[in-house]
Amino acid sequence: MGEFFAMSGYWPFVWPAYALAMAGLAFEAWRARRLLGRARQEARRKLAIQEQS
Amino acid sequence: MSAPLVPAAAAFASALRRDLLQAARRPGEWLQPLAFFVIVTVLFPLSLDPELARLRHLAPAALWVALLLATLLALDFLYREDARDGTLEQFALSGQPFAVMIFAKTATHWLLTGLPLALVGPLAAISLGAPPQNALAVLWPLLLGSVSMSLIGSICAGLTLGTRRGGALLSLLVLPLAMPALVFGARATQLAIAGESAAGALYLLGAITVLALTLAPLAAAAAVRISLE
Amino acid sequence: MSWAWFHRFGSPPYFYRVAGKLAPWFGWSALVLVLVSLYGGLVRAPVDYYQSDAFRIIYVHVPASWLALMTYTTMAVSAAIGLVWRIKVAHAVAVACAPAGVSFTVVSLVTGMIWGQPTWGTWWAWDPRIVSQLFLLFFFLGYIGLRSAIDDPDRADRASAVLAIVGVVNVPIVRFSVDWWNSLHQAPTVMRMDKPAMPWEMLWPLLLMALAYTLYFFWIMLVRARAEVLRRDRGGQWVREALARDAAGGSA
Repeated sequence: MGEFFAMSGYWPFVWPAYALAMAGLAFEAWRARRLLGRARQEARRKLAIQEQS
Repeated sequence: MSAPLVPAAAAFASALRRDLLQAARRPGEWLQPLAFFVIVTVLFPLSLDPELARLRHLAPAALWVALLLATLLALDFLYREDARDGTLEQFALSGQPFAVMIFAKTATHWLLTGLPLALVGPLAAISLGAPPQNALAVLWPLLLGSVSMSLIGSICAGLTLGTRRGGALLSLLVLPLAMPALVFGARATQLAIAGESAAGALYLLGAITVLALTLAPLAAAAAVRISLE
Repeated sequence: MSWAWFHRFGSPPYFYRVAGKLAPWFGWSALVLVLVSLYGGLVRAPVDYYQSDAFRIIYVHVPASWLALMTYTTMAVSAAIGLVWRIKVAHAVAVACAPAGVSFTVVSLVTGMIWGQPTWGTWWAWDPRIVSQLFLLFFFLGYIGLRSAIDDPDRADRASAVLAIVGVVNVPIVRFSVDWWNSLHQAPTVMRMDKPAMPWEMLWPLLLMALAYTLYFFWIMLVRARAEVLRRDRGGQWVREALARDAAGGSA
């Protein structure tokens, strides 16, 4: 198991590269979901204002 | 007055004449980029080693970076004034092809910045250590390169017309588009300074310039039209 | 051949609904495939003879570079469709591509640098592929910058579409000029990455990861495009119905 994580001594390169790539994808996914959530909130608020008037 | 053979050509000529007359009354606008070009090429030796043999290696980089930045500086007022006083709208309503009218503006931009910069280029090259007998050959890449940069710039200036922070955005848009011209142009300049044949790089630069000449006026016209609405 | 489907996709309510149904499929299958190809790339693929275990970085790096280009193509094609046929949904798709393009180019550049250090002995080389990615990143940033500088969404759509189309002409020229320039200044330390005939155990995780990234891209793009469509068309009757449906069926 230790051998696997050592990556023949290349662990300081392999693991950060994988971590950064996956973190980048996850961050982008989070941002997209947040954008949709905000757009929905905004739309709901607009509808509520329309109904009041 | 006889009717012109090609109305669009006549419109082009009159737009060009008008722009040149205006520029003659406001020399600051076209002297500024020229001064800027000279300053940048002077700053290079001052911030480096003034030994001419070593400067010679950096001369193409200095010339092309200075050319690109000076072109960018002048692009900022390519359409601005005419957009404000309604001239561009008159162009759009004139019944002449809009791309031709926009191309006239681009041509003015080149005549007032690209051409003087290219003409100063050989002198700047000598000051950067180019052998005087080779310096004149620097003129050709600078001439071709400045044409394509004015054309690329005319698209980007049209896109950023009427936006809030024009300057920084304009350079962000121009740089990736101007990069191929810079690569070929700098190489041709390097060969010219070394006294070798720069034909290969010049052909490629010429190909880019021709492509820009055919496509850029159309794209620039589309961009300006969108910004006018 | 009927063009009805094309026009139907141009209608925001239809797009919002269909994209909402499709997006979770893309998202979940991307997640599963990423996990499988991570396992394939990290565990199953044999150690490379030349690069040892450092070669495993290409499983996250190369698909990102491919996808950056594909994102760009998708963006330009939908921007052109939006410009020519004046379809708002197509513009929304183009807008949705740009942030994904930035992340793909950044992931590609960063993992490329990490791969370069053990393999080439340098963090940064003026390699044509790296430079092309860098200019692609500048291009995406310029696109986003232009959009954010124009207040009117309709104008922003069309101006950025012109930029995207101009960029399509530019991207191959950039690539050619960088290749040409590199052939003049070939650095001797730089080793070519592509070797002939990668064995299958090494290749399948790469292809699978590329597929996973592609599905991921479609997921992100659909989610963002839905948000964009909703933001532009708020206040309509369909928005009320769509929001009610979202609330009932969970969100995606």
